[in-house]
Amino acid sequence: MTATLGIVMLCHTALDRAAQLARHWADAGCPVVIHVDRRVATKDMNALRLAVADHSAIGFGKRFVCDWGTWSLVAATQSAAEQLLRDHPGVRHVCLVSGMCLPLRPVAELIAYLEAHPRTDFIESVTTADVGWTVGGLNIERFTLRFPFSWRKRRRLFDRYVALQRRLGLRRRIPDGVEPHLGSQWWCLTRETLSAILQAPDRARIDRYFRRVWIPDESYFQSLARRYSTGLESRSLTLSKFDPQGRPFVFYDDHLELLGRSDCYLARKVWPRAERLFATYLAPPPWPGQRLSPHPGRVDRQFSRAVERRLRGRSGLYMQSRFPRPDRENGKTAAPYSVFHGFTDLFEDFEGWLSRSTAARVHGHLFAPDRVAFAGGERFFHGALSDSVDLRDYNPRAFLTSLIWNARGDRQVFQFSPRDSQACNGFIGQDTNAHVWAITGTWAIPLMNQSGGFGAIRAEAARLQRIETRHLAILRSAQVKAQVRIWSLGEFLENPVEVLQAILDETAPRRPRGLGEVPAMRPLDGLAQFLQDLRNQGMQPTLVGDLPDAPAKGSARRHRSVAG
Amino acid sequence: MGFWQGYRLRLRRRRLLWRSFRSRRALTALADRTSALDPDSILLFSTLRNERNRLPWFLDYYRRLGVRHFLMVDNGSTDGTADYLVTQPDVSVWHTDASYRAARFGMDWIGWLQIRYGHGRWCLVVDADEFLVYPFCDTRPLAALTEWLDTGGQRSFPAMLLDMYPKGPLEMQPCRPGQNPFEVAGWFDPGNYTAVRNERFGNLWIQGGPRARVFFSDAPERAPALNKIPLVKWNRRYAYVASTHMLLPRGLNLVYDEWGGERSSGCLLHAKFLNDFPARAAEESRRREHYQDGAEYRAYADRTASATDLSCRWSERYQNWRQLEILGLMSTGGWT
Repeated sequence: MTATLGIVMLCHTALDRAAQLARHWADAGCPVVIHVDRRVATKDMNALRLAVADHSAIGFGKRFVCDWGTWSLVAATQSAAEQLLRDHPGVRHVCLVSGMCLPLRPVAELIAYLEAHPRTDFIESVTTADVGWTVGGLNIERFTLRFPFSWRKRRRLFDRYVALQRRLGLRRRIPDGVEPHLGSQWWCLTRETLSAILQAPDRARIDRYFRRVWIPDESYFQSLARRYSTGLESRSLTLSKFDPQGRPFVFYDDHLELLGRSDCYLARKVWPRAERLFATYLAPPPWPGQRLSPHPGRVDRQFSRAVERRLRGRSGLYMQSRFPRPDRENGKTAAPYSVFHGFTDLFEDFEGWLSRSTAARVHGHLFAPDRVAFAGGERFFHGALSDSVDLRDYNPRAFLTSLIWNARGDRQVFQFSPRDSQACNGFIGQDTNAHVWAITGTWAIPLMNQSGGFGAIRAEAARLQRIETRHLAILRSAQVKAQVRIWSLGEFLENPVEVLQAILDETAPRRPRGLGEVPAMRPLDGLAQFLQDLRNQGMQPTLVGDLPDAPAKGSARRHRSVAG
Repeated sequence: MGFWQGYRLRLRRRRLLWRSFRSRRALTALADRTSALDPDSILLFSTLRNERNRLPWFLDYYRRLGVRHFLMVDNGSTDGTADYLVTQPDVSVWHTDASYRAARFGMDWIGWLQIRYGHGRWCLVVDADEFLVYPFCDTRPLAALTEWLDTGGQRSFPAMLLDMYPKGPLEMQPCRPGQNPFEVAGWFDPGNYTAVRNERFGNLWIQGGPRARVFFSDAPERAPALNKIPLVKWNRRYAYVASTHMLLPRGLNLVYDEWGGERSSGCLLHAKFLNDFPARAAEESRRREHYQDGAEYRAYADRTASATDLSCRWSERYQNWRQLEILGLMSTGGWT
């Protein structure tokens, strides 16, 4: 019995699998014409002939030397299809497959499906304006430029010639009757449509044109089917996915369950050594393959996730195979985090208050000069990060990005001051995930209570002010991407509760409004006098701001006007 | 990269190849079964010394992944390593008593074997305590990976060294000969690594992990490099520069994506920190045949018994490659 479905199979490697597949089709009654690349060795070819010799329904087409993306693939298909139509008049549909296309459902089911749609051509066929998947950015230009150089072997020449044609405005005329369409190489056409294409009176002219089109195997039948088909369904019966470089994804044994979810009849391309896939899907009837409810969305998702991973990667991850150049990171860090600049100098136990009021992980001064102050005074943190200052300062940026990456899912918060290592300031300023809350000038508070010679204290004050000024310049620059809020100590003291409320709202957005508890402020008596002492020693404290109800009000105001 | 620098790297590569060529005389074949190689064979190269206890599991591990032939250089073992290897049907063994250090830590010998047998094949160069993990290694043989790399025109595949250690003092937990070492040393540091780009060779220089954390916390710049490129579609003109950390020509070192995406990568699980490590450290710091005169062995020996526990609260227990993928230590890249 000959079925109404005929198969044209293109193959060039893994001929043992090709033989197995051909026998599978023929066993179900489908005549097969195999095209084998002419470069395949005679020895292998003979082995293939021998392997299918007992099947009269399996024939061999005229052999061409086939190169990727060239006309030879179309020529091979044409010739094999002509042979199939000529030798098997009972064939109503012709399906183009490769030696690595695995049927995902029993052949009888496919035949029944096609018999239920006797006049339908299943071929993906999309106008050039609407495809988003072409490699190299060539859409309509595939049809209007000339491509004498191989894209795979002579890439530079290829690119230059394309650029030259664009510059000179050289264009080919698309012949009448051809409406450029692109689509998957693997189709299933009715005898009527296929014969019309192959026996078209102007075929010589059309073929001559397509010979110089780029990747004609994705456009020849796709365009011409539009010309002749009476019922075209623009989808391929073959599941075929491509990676960003345009190479097809390969299916392996571990895709068995996934393929079962596909609603396609065939899958390409299957790894020749995927024993379990071949054993399952080529088993003789009754078909033992798992019956799973089709879920094409899941199949699509898995492969688009791989594309996404390859092209965009995981934000905030720096590792052996992802090391983005500056500003190509797609996110410098993995998750939002907050930096509190100057708060611990003003409040007693600010960290304790913040960790009691929010669910965030509140660290101390991570960049402190003596020790990395992880939350809870731990020696190690997520990812086995160490509290060693040497390790941190060896690569502070890696320390910060690792910390955020390792603890992603958990909001990280740390304290900062001009006494800490300033190595990451530029990086944090450029990071959209960073939320920087800064009170400037609070470094004066611990200094004012410090014992020792005033000369040393004054020198330290000048040093801290210099460092903080540099940091502020980064935080206030036009290029800053972090969310930055800055108050001078004086401004902050005008309405501290409002700021604390804003901090809680942002760090723990889902907690009920209202401050349950307010952190205790350190005594500021004597600060104004301390600042005045600094001034008397010739230093100008510019970052503390205007202290409210300070005893020496006049001098503070004067300072502000000096600071501008 | 300027012309002059490029030319110097070229000279360097040719010097390395010349060294390898000259070192061929140091090797005596004990068992040469290379006539059985076919062009698609995946080969494994290794230099070893006194690894008799680890070898059975090592060979089995890589056989299961689909390595077809092992080309081993035995550097003066005294524990019967060579005798054992000679009996294995898929192993070719060469013997040498020459200095490991003078042969660039064995890379000259491996280089010569690669020139002779590696050309045009996928070659894996690992030590006897390094175990390759790559995406889908539990369901797909190594050939699936190399074919995928081939179709993408990718010639080299990176696998970072991941130091594995037991929970608790090293000496307390013996590893039997032939036992899976990761049943004992099943823990690793999940996220304390640093990477910088080496402008000269184009590779990433990765450091960190338990060795930096415990042995080099006050001198991190001396911590050992963890970046490795052990799997390469070899050409007789290629050369490893320092261990398998980097290669020439430098294009082979560009195994990372610079535009935000991820390329595929694996990990080399490093079964170095087992109960025999203290004894080895003592011997190797005496022999001074290792990199930087075995600085890391000395760093260990100097710390005596106080630092034998490499684990910490955040050490993670190894489960499978997917775990390493999620942690961001390796990546599937675009492979799925």
